[in-house]
Amino acid sequence: MLKIRGLDKHFGPVQALYHVDLDIPPRQVTALCGDNGAGKTVLTKCIAGIYSIDHGEIFWEGRPVHIHNARDSARLGIETVYQDLALADNLDIVQNMFLGRERLRSGLLDEDSMERSAAETLSSLRVTTVKSIRQPVASLSGGQRQSVAVAKAVMWNSKLVLMDEPTAALGVVQTRMVLDLIGRLRDKGLAVMVISHNLNDVFEVADNIAVLYLGRMAVQDKATNFDRQSVVEYMTTGGLGRSSGRPAKEG
Amino acid sequence: MADPLKRAEITDNVAADLTAAAPEAAVAELPPEVVAQSLGEYVRGYVARIRAGESGVLPVVMAMVAIVVVFEVISPNNVYLSPGNLVNLFQQSAVIMVLAMAEAFALVLGEIDLSIGFVGACGAAITVQLIQPATTNWPWPLAVLAGLLFCVVFGAIQGTLITRLHLPSFIVTLAGYLVANGLFLKILLFGPFSGYPNLTGQSDNLHFIYNLMWGTIDPIVSWIGAAVVVAALGGFIWFSDSRRRKSGLVAPPASLSLIKIGLIAVVAIVVVGICNLNRGVLIVQEGVPWVIPIVIAVLAAWTVLLGRTKYGRYLYAIGGNPEAARRAGINLSVVRTAAFMLCSFTAGIALLLYASYLNGMSNNVQAGYYVLYAVAAAVIGGTSLMGGRGKPLHGVLGGLVIGAIYNGMYLLALSFEWQYIVTGLVLLAAIIIDAVSRRGSASGSVTRI
Ligand SMILES: Nc1ncnc2c1ncn2[C@@H]1O[C@H](COP(=O)(O)OP(=O)(O)O)[C@@H](O)[C@H]1O
Ligand SMILES: [Mg+2]
Repeated sequence: MLKIRGLDKHFGPVQALYHVDLDIPPRQVTALCGDNGAGKTVLTKCIAGIYSIDHGEIFWEGRPVHIHNARDSARLGIETVYQDLALADNLDIVQNMFLGRERLRSGLLDEDSMERSAAETLSSLRVTTVKSIRQPVASLSGGQRQSVAVAKAVMWNSKLVLMDEPTAALGVVQTRMVLDLIGRLRDKGLAVMVISHNLNDVFEVADNIAVLYLGRMAVQDKATNFDRQSVVEYMTTGGLGRSSGRPAKEG
Repeated sequence: MADPLKRAEITDNVAADLTAAAPEAAVAELPPEVVAQSLGEYVRGYVARIRAGESGVLPVVMAMVAIVVVFEVISPNNVYLSPGNLVNLFQQSAVIMVLAMAEAFALVLGEIDLSIGFVGACGAAITVQLIQPATTNWPWPLAVLAGLLFCVVFGAIQGTLITRLHLPSFIVTLAGYLVANGLFLKILLFGPFSGYPNLTGQSDNLHFIYNLMWGTIDPIVSWIGAAVVVAALGGFIWFSDSRRRKSGLVAPPASLSLIKIGLIAVVAIVVVGICNLNRGVLIVQEGVPWVIPIVIAVLAAWTVLLGRTKYGRYLYAIGGNPEAARRAGINLSVVRTAAFMLCSFTAGIALLLYASYLNGMSNNVQAGYYVLYAVAAAVIGGTSLMGGRGKPLHGVLGGLVIGAIYNGMYLLALSFEWQYIVTGLVLLAAIIIDAVSRRGSASGSVTRI
């Protein structure tokens, strides 16, 4: 679905990503792991078009593409749920889900139709704990906010959803809620890339695991080929200490 | 070496503790009209919100009652509630109301515009100068357009400086205030009017501007007009609410829609009724002043703009979370600059009404502290200084409160010293209300637009 080859990205003197290769297959959940500062967020933002890439190629469904801004990635069907969610607290759930893509009827906002679509999307994801979809986002719990951000991302016929640390700020119950949600996205036929350094979560939802280490892709493979210990090792050493060597996947 | 797995789990737990308290705190904060299925639930929700500090218009109404009672008791001969004074109070409030609706554009963004008093005054002075038969003698529509155009351009310059150069709006508009103040005094000096171009004289253009405040509508016509407005608004509320109820969308219970419509009708009857009492001393003087439908028109236009258009939605989004707005593909600088232009434009209307009220423009115009009245009015009405929350209706309600105080001080013939002190205290009280109501709610401002 999405293929990245040789991606470089630097900020001034800081080289955030070196020659990163990444494959995100369709209808599967790919987990991107790595210690803090490994470059996971930067990689996500490069795919989403927030940052421009220095070198490297991105292939979408086999074709090379150039993503210069958030609209480009949205046009391809890539939606991103950022670490900070970027919801406007003062707006309600419907208003947030349609922010920037409001529907109009004779020049004015078509609230009824937007509310209906938002309700459909939320119930298709079985997000049912919110009391009313007209409540302001400020009044939601962390898990509910995450659900709204995800629902916002999947409403636009998106094919790939990128999620940056969706469970980092959540408690046990709310984490459960979000992991279930990720499973449901896969069941709907979407590709998902989820960033996490909580290995419980990773092993629960991921079909594939990729590990970034100091801006390099240390390894990428099927989740079943990893165990906890090996992932931790890749995260902390980049796999240098491993003798058997599951080589960082090329091509 | 630290085990990253363990570290990750620890941060998870801390975060879980931090967020655990949020859901309970949030319950009281829900706008009752969003979750209530019946009137009883609505009332309970409303009471819960007041307890949580999210009190809506209730404090405004209570403040209003208290102010009216106090001034009625202490005003000389109890003239405060006489029809003549009440109409005068509406007229004085109208200027503050429109200026507060202007300020709302800046406040919703979390910015402030201190310049609008004198920017509006410049616009109004330009209009008054241009229609003078002794000099240019422009037709009033052109002169009004020229005045408002000045305001829009001034707002555009300030808005551009604030948004493109990332300068604080407080300082830019403070500078704008001084510049506009100087320009205003310059504009007054044109022509043979010794700094006091006024609206007395035989000219349709002068009459028209004078009538903005002092012209009245025939009582019969005003009753018919009020009936039409109430019927149209009531019909709109009723049909859109019941359509939403039928299609299972979030909507207030039917009884609440009826109460809303009833309230609008009562306000209309009271206002039109008061205005149609004879308030003349020697001659019959009655009728609704033009300024009331003018204020209603501004209120309607800006309510639709802010509540029902993409532009309005983007304004609130930027006020609530600029980063979210940016990522949603909203062009922040365009929306924000336009807000400062709309702000100055509306202030132009407000000060034109003021010119009409004063029968001309002179250096007695207290445009500087009218801005403070406007900010206080918006905040008292429920607009937040922190951005993201506010409606044109807040300016109208708060404007009435401020107008009531202003009018009362005027009746008591309070000296300027005391007027300044009271103005300052009122502004302070408004900010305290804003801060307290924000602390009461769990996180920031909540609004149903
Ligand atoms: N906008 C930026 N400007 C400069 N350096 C940045 C920027 N964003 C990220 N970096 C750097 O890139 C590296 C990777 O960061 P990031 O992708 O946020 O890590 P993480 O894997 O924890 O998400 C860090 O060293 C960070 O300091
Ligand atoms: Mg990150």
